[in-house]
Amino acid sequence: MSYQYDPNARYAKTHDWVRMEEGLAVCGISDYAQHALSDVVYIELPEIGAELIQGEVYTTVESVKAAEEVYAPVSGKVVDVNPDLADTPEQLNSEPYAAWIIKVAPSNPEELDALMLADAYEAFVQAEEAGGH
Amino acid sequence: MTEPTVYQLSSPGRHGPTLPALDVPLAPLPDAQFLRAADALPLPELSELDVVRHFVRLSQKNMSIDTTFYPLGSCTMKYNPKINEKVAGLSGFTNLHPLQDADMTQGAMQVLLELQVYLAEISGFAAITLQPAAGAQGELTGVLIMRAYHLDRGDVKRTKILVPDSAHGTNPATTTMAGLQVVELPSDSRGNVDLVALKTALDDTVAGLMLTNPNTLGLFEEHVLDVTRLVHEAGGLVYGDGANLNAIIGIAKPAELGIDVMHFNLHKTFSTPHGGGGPGAGPVGVVEKLAPFLPGPLVTVEMDEEMAGLLAAGHEHALHEHDHYRLAWYTPSKSIGRVRSYWGQFGVLVRAYTYIRMHGAEGLRRIAENAVLNANYIKARLLAEGSYPVAFAGRTCMHEFVAQGILAGAPDIHTMDIAKRLMDYGYHPPTVYFPLIVKEALMIEPTETESKATLDAFADALIQIAQEAREQPALLKEAPHAAETKRLDEVRAARELILCRC
Repeated sequence: MSYQYDPNARYAKTHDWVRMEEGLAVCGISDYAQHALSDVVYIELPEIGAELIQGEVYTTVESVKAAEEVYAPVSGKVVDVNPDLADTPEQLNSEPYAAWIIKVAPSNPEELDALMLADAYEAFVQAEEAGGH
Repeated sequence: MTEPTVYQLSSPGRHGPTLPALDVPLAPLPDAQFLRAADALPLPELSELDVVRHFVRLSQKNMSIDTTFYPLGSCTMKYNPKINEKVAGLSGFTNLHPLQDADMTQGAMQVLLELQVYLAEISGFAAITLQPAAGAQGELTGVLIMRAYHLDRGDVKRTKILVPDSAHGTNPATTTMAGLQVVELPSDSRGNVDLVALKTALDDTVAGLMLTNPNTLGLFEEHVLDVTRLVHEAGGLVYGDGANLNAIIGIAKPAELGIDVMHFNLHKTFSTPHGGGGPGAGPVGVVEKLAPFLPGPLVTVEMDEEMAGLLAAGHEHALHEHDHYRLAWYTPSKSIGRVRSYWGQFGVLVRAYTYIRMHGAEGLRRIAENAVLNANYIKARLLAEGSYPVAFAGRTCMHEFVAQGILAGAPDIHTMDIAKRLMDYGYHPPTVYFPLIVKEALMIEPTETESKATLDAFADALIQIAQEAREQPALLKEAPHAAETKRLDEVRAARELILCRC
């Protein structure tokens, strides 16, 4: 199976992407993640002002198959949430890299350096698919 | 649905039994201001026969263990013997009121006491509470006991609970409800708890680990003694999720595996009904050091010196001489408090008691043996045929196994299509898409109550469906064809919630 990748984003092993735009870390879930979830029916949006720690759960996304946790790819304070997702969570399926979930003011931008670039993430996804139970 | 509602069936003036004329004077109605308008509560008007036929027809549209093989993984959908209902319906049980004095309910309390003793013997635990009203509430009770134990020792740093990634969703939910923090543990390449990750996660902030053994992959934890030892060495407690007790009942005692506290799902292992949301019962067993924290009330024996002497000398039959002792309710000294009103889900407890008495110790062991044998039989038939991959296929499974709806030559077919198609063959589908760590999971638990003929017919159906998937995929995509309702739009149902018609 082939998936889309945003060359401008960095990726965590938890299948979350993050993209720096105007000093803010814009975060979402990858195309692979939305495929694995199947049709998303609900996302719980975090509160603006919430403090995130890289690698920790910041919200939950629910599909017809499962409720899955979403992990912060970067530490910092939530400064914006995507209000459109409340009514149309299916955007996470149709446009995973346009449908951002939160914007974060990163407290430690260097954390991004440890995340995967698109080609490394693609290899990671392929390895996970091949090893797959 | 082709069955109309009782409102649609209503016909003005139709009614049930005709009552005889009153032989006392009619009392006048209160003032009009206290009366509802005549049309405020538009009840349907039907004959008794209309009502009976309506509800019998509805019941026949449902899939149930009494009509259908029901291999719903992780749910232990075993046959519920009718004698359970017979015993629970005895007038001595059904005519009791929970507020009656203990001196008037000694017989019912004897049943509860003996059930406490049987569950303790089956599990190896020192004490049992029968109070929790369901497995999930039993879990919450258990984790609150763990929390209370640490706090009682003044150990306030322990705020984390380790939960393997194969766990039931209730485990993280319980942890969160108890005010603790979930730390997820990965599984290793053989489906066990990853010992390296466990060691890394263990420190003096860990309150405990929640362990399901066998786990939701249907695999027995190969290092269970190491897992429980490591947690104990770090000062933590081990919670046992008793959901899969059916695989080991009569063979392994959870307390001897190092588990400190565990809930029992009576509706799984002990054949009480899987109600549509209730009634349930989730007794909790604990090791000695946790016994003071159990929720009450529990049943205890108050006895005179003569009786105590007889018991101490090993004359347990003396307990049947009611004159020498009395049963009483008590709540342990450091109890976390009540978790349910009155004395627990009494009718359900009577059913579980009956089931244990009907089987006896030998019979309980055969439950586990046959549950494991049946699961391995279906698994072996599927592997021999080759269409369905099976997660961790190289390991002997326990009471269930996880097949995968990934069929060669049918790339567009998913587990959901296979599950829906099984309904056309007259089967309730297995659990789908759980556990989450297996792609396209199809989790099959046949239970011990099914014959080889049923298992073969089910395996044949799965194999036939795999062939259909390659040759006529539309047949699966549009399934079910024979059920009361066709394929439901689950996405739309979840996105456009209509929760009431008010």
